[in-house]
Amino acid sequence: MSILKFQRILRRGAVLLCITPFFQAAITSAAELRIGLSGEVTSLDPHYLAAQPNLTVARHVFESLTDVDPQTRLIPGLAESWRVLDAKTWEFTLRRGVIFHDGTPLTAEDVAFSLQRPLSIKGSPGGFASYVRAIATTTVVDKRTLRIKTKYPYGALPEELNSILIVSKRAALKAGPEDFDSGRAMIGTGPYKFVNYRRGDRLVLERHDGWWGPRPAWERVTLRVVTSDPSRTAALLAGDLDAIEHVPSADIKNLKQNKKLRVMQTTSWRTILLHLDQYRAQPPGITDHTGKPLPHNPFLDLRVRKALSKAIHREAIAARVMEGLAVPAANIVSPGVFGHNTELKPEAYDPEGAKRLLAEAGYPKGFRVTLAGPNNRYINDEQVLQTVAQLLTRVGIVTRVEAAPMSAFIGRARNGDTAFSLLGWGSFAADLALRSLVATPTAEKGWGTWNWGHYSNLKVDALMEQAFASVDRPKREALAREANTLAMNDLAIIPLHHQVVSWAMRANLDYTPRTDEFTFAHHFTPH
Amino acid sequence: MKSAVALSPAREFTRGYARDRIAVVALWVLCALLLAAIAAPLITPQNPYDLAQLDILDSKLAPGAASTAGYTYWLGSDDQGRDMFSAILYGLRISLGVGVLSTVAALAIGLVIGLIAARGGGWVDALIMRVVDLQLSFPSILVALILLALAGQGVDKIIIALIVVQWAYYARTVRGAALVELRKEYVDAAVCAGYSSVRVLFRHVLPNVLPPLIVVATVQVAHAIALEATLSFLGLGMPITSPSLGLLIANGYVHLLSGKYWISFFPGIALLLTIVAINLVGDQLRDVLNPRLK
Amino acid sequence: MLTFVLRRLGQSALALFVMSVLVFAGVYAIGNPVDILISPQADQAEIAQTIARLGLDRPLWEQYWLFLKSALTGDLGVSYAASVPAITLILERMPATLELALTATVIAIVLGIPLGLLAGLKPESWAGRSIMAGSILGFSLPTFWVGLMLIMVFSVQLGWLPATGRGTTVEVYGIPLSFLTADGIRHLILPATNLALFQLSLLIRLTRAGTREALQQDYVRYARAKGVTEHNVVRVHVLRNILIPVVTVAGLELGSLIAFAIVTETIFAWPGMGKLLIDSINVLDRPVIVAYLLVIVCLFIVINLLVDLLYTALDPRVRLQGTR
Repeated sequence: MSILKFQRILRRGAVLLCITPFFQAAITSAAELRIGLSGEVTSLDPHYLAAQPNLTVARHVFESLTDVDPQTRLIPGLAESWRVLDAKTWEFTLRRGVIFHDGTPLTAEDVAFSLQRPLSIKGSPGGFASYVRAIATTTVVDKRTLRIKTKYPYGALPEELNSILIVSKRAALKAGPEDFDSGRAMIGTGPYKFVNYRRGDRLVLERHDGWWGPRPAWERVTLRVVTSDPSRTAALLAGDLDAIEHVPSADIKNLKQNKKLRVMQTTSWRTILLHLDQYRAQPPGITDHTGKPLPHNPFLDLRVRKALSKAIHREAIAARVMEGLAVPAANIVSPGVFGHNTELKPEAYDPEGAKRLLAEAGYPKGFRVTLAGPNNRYINDEQVLQTVAQLLTRVGIVTRVEAAPMSAFIGRARNGDTAFSLLGWGSFAADLALRSLVATPTAEKGWGTWNWGHYSNLKVDALMEQAFASVDRPKREALAREANTLAMNDLAIIPLHHQVVSWAMRANLDYTPRTDEFTFAHHFTPH
Repeated sequence: MKSAVALSPAREFTRGYARDRIAVVALWVLCALLLAAIAAPLITPQNPYDLAQLDILDSKLAPGAASTAGYTYWLGSDDQGRDMFSAILYGLRISLGVGVLSTVAALAIGLVIGLIAARGGGWVDALIMRVVDLQLSFPSILVALILLALAGQGVDKIIIALIVVQWAYYARTVRGAALVELRKEYVDAAVCAGYSSVRVLFRHVLPNVLPPLIVVATVQVAHAIALEATLSFLGLGMPITSPSLGLLIANGYVHLLSGKYWISFFPGIALLLTIVAINLVGDQLRDVLNPRLK
Repeated sequence: MLTFVLRRLGQSALALFVMSVLVFAGVYAIGNPVDILISPQADQAEIAQTIARLGLDRPLWEQYWLFLKSALTGDLGVSYAASVPAITLILERMPATLELALTATVIAIVLGIPLGLLAGLKPESWAGRSIMAGSILGFSLPTFWVGLMLIMVFSVQLGWLPATGRGTTVEVYGIPLSFLTADGIRHLILPATNLALFQLSLLIRLTRAGTREALQQDYVRYARAKGVTEHNVVRVHVLRNILIPVVTVAGLELGSLIAFAIVTETIFAWPGMGKLLIDSINVLDRPVIVAYLLVIVCLFIVINLLVDLLYTALDPRVRLQGTR
């Protein structure tokens, strides 16, 4: 074939390509919603892996006993009420008229089965067993009543139950993750029914007309996974998607100015904090300016910790690095969360004060540290690391940054290879957060699993014990708040900021932004 | 119309090269870039790798804005407050260094191994080629991640990762070319003359295998630089505090849709200019050195 | 010939073994999937139990031995993140990647060879020079950058093509294929073009170089002297001679395209194997990483074998084993 003929074919082909779009406009009926999710969904089995993307899609099809409102306050879910019979016994009453997608009614048997199932899943690297570890026995009293006995007085039981989704005993009796992926066992009570699933690509759902809640606006929902941030934004701009979650910080301003789109934001539960090694005499990476290890661990001195906190310009980070997607933090949990103390104010930027405190503590010339953190996990984490390093260097603490993908970073951090590291934590209760991050590491009790700095304050520990043992909610909240305040004043960790979570959608849609960062199709409404 | 007087090989080469004006311009541009990169500390107002010289409040300023320290951000500043002009020159050093060093080293290693495979034959050849197959199937991302986990971040780790990823390609190419050369009469002549295998390989076969390789290498320098940019994009490249051109582009990538074009655009132009210059030079080199085109 | 193939297969088995050892050791060096995937709520006891249940606390050689035993029976392990056999995950995503890689190769060949020919026939012309300049862009711009540019121009600004994802598929013998539907083709164009760029540039340059060399050869001069039309000189003599190296390279590059379309698949949210690999690497899902790389090694071995056989068939100067 000659080149000329080839060129002719090329030209004709190009023309054809240009015309086709006009014949196939974005065909989406008014009752269909296409959402772009940011995290990879690995399994549809709601009890297999406790990862936010998996839970996001699972919660369209399944529900739990207790629910969480957009401000992380606990509200009734499938259980319309619950009460405490004694310190170790709880009674849950199920809602009337709840039916599964196959038409059968929800009973306490299904709930008992669902609470047991996580313990039977063996091969998971991150299952749900920890959420039910406080449960000793579950007794079905009648079709709508369930009694749970805990091993020890545990006030946080309703919070933990929020994470266990209720499946149909009939459908899931011998089901494994493959049965959920294929749809066979995807029988839940949620607002949407399973239609089909293309792994790594999309999940298609249709409305469950028998749902007990307010009728969802969308007949059909497509949940598509687009992990690359700019691509997700581009897909929204191009009209391929109706809504996206986790808008990249760089695009927030532009999208807000775009008349065809709407951006909804709120403070997220995710708090970015810095762990400081507070147990070793000579932690790795901390040296004087010549490279020799220091005689004492500077982080053990409260003045040094306070100096570090003063040296960090939280407002600048929030405005410049996070482009408004951060709120300077003073608490270990976000505003509105159980146990948050509104009296605590973020440390003001005071580099002179920082230098003074350092001199007082015996480090007039500062010292050198290595700051470690992930570079692919939190919003602009790498840039935050670098900015913190920059700010600390200005007051004499010359900082080196070691950023790595989470897969490489987390092993090192857990093993104690880092003395100064960044972590993000989302929780809807201060005592739960403190237990993991700040409690004295005690393997038998399961406390301090994420307390990389091995901070240990027996007073804080004692307050936490009391909080967990209180089944009286207001009392528990007061204790949690006290423990939080004590730990923050002692700078057990240095809180940086609370992230702001964002959604972008077509201008004729509305979404109530959620602190727990979940994206639910049934909460999108036409505007 | 050839000259009656024979020119020395060097003069003939320069003449041949200079025949294409564009290639000459490319050579000048390349030299200018190299000089600018080497002289970076002397001609830039800021050392973008020194955290003490950066100010977060100066971040994302448009080209032409003034800095708090007194100099102007002629090409704007990035999201950490780095002066783009300084960052580009410093980044150029790293990118060029990484690209050239890794290519040269991979070339040398691949050359030696490829020649050995071609000459050795039999099981030596088979073993080497299987290792080459293996190497080609190992994704650069995994190599970079393993190195990162074992040894931390740094320029040297990137160079090693790029060498590990690239040498097999040269080895395979060299082996193929050497196999053809080894069939030729001049090799038989050299062997008859009593020269050792090693000498035959390196004094006779190597010079004939090298010219096309040099051209491949110039393309590969560009490819190595782009590969480093991709690794940086995935978080496996240079540390954030001392970015290469690739990391600057990857960093500015997220700002492309938002109108702060200068954070990605200018480094991109610099990279493009460098690679185009390298390749135009390489193209002309190939045309000049290729005996079959005379 | 038969001995050659058999010997090659035997060596390949060795290569597979070595690859599996390398990957195992490599992933072990990076870290532990439990650290990444464990629920934040889990306590030390549960973490230890989980690690023990997955066998990750045993010494490395023992873990490898267990893997080897089941691998020899065809079981390459179950994904940690999805609880589905690793091989199933890979095979599920293979049609998508093959589709993308083959389309990219077709684009590269269909555009590359004619453009390279043109550049070779008229090297000093405006067309020839701009083709060469354009080809430099093809391998010097990072893939992720070009991908986003394509999306911005063709999807966001012009609205001609969809931004991300794979189109509607049609099942052929149980394999979902998307290039058989109009919607599928529309989704295929941008990612395939993005992926094809490097190979396109390579083919343009190879073809151009080969054309220029061929045109200097005696047989072309004789053909012209004989009175053969320029058109036929190109078609019959030049084209046939340059096709050998060109096709060889295209074949070899196909392997890379299939194995490493990682960045393109991530930018375009294409549900292929490359994306599976990067996701698995991010969570250290070792069974999937190992299974994936073993599949890729097999792929490269097969392609190299075919190319070697093809080469000997086409070029009598090269003997099969390269022995003297």
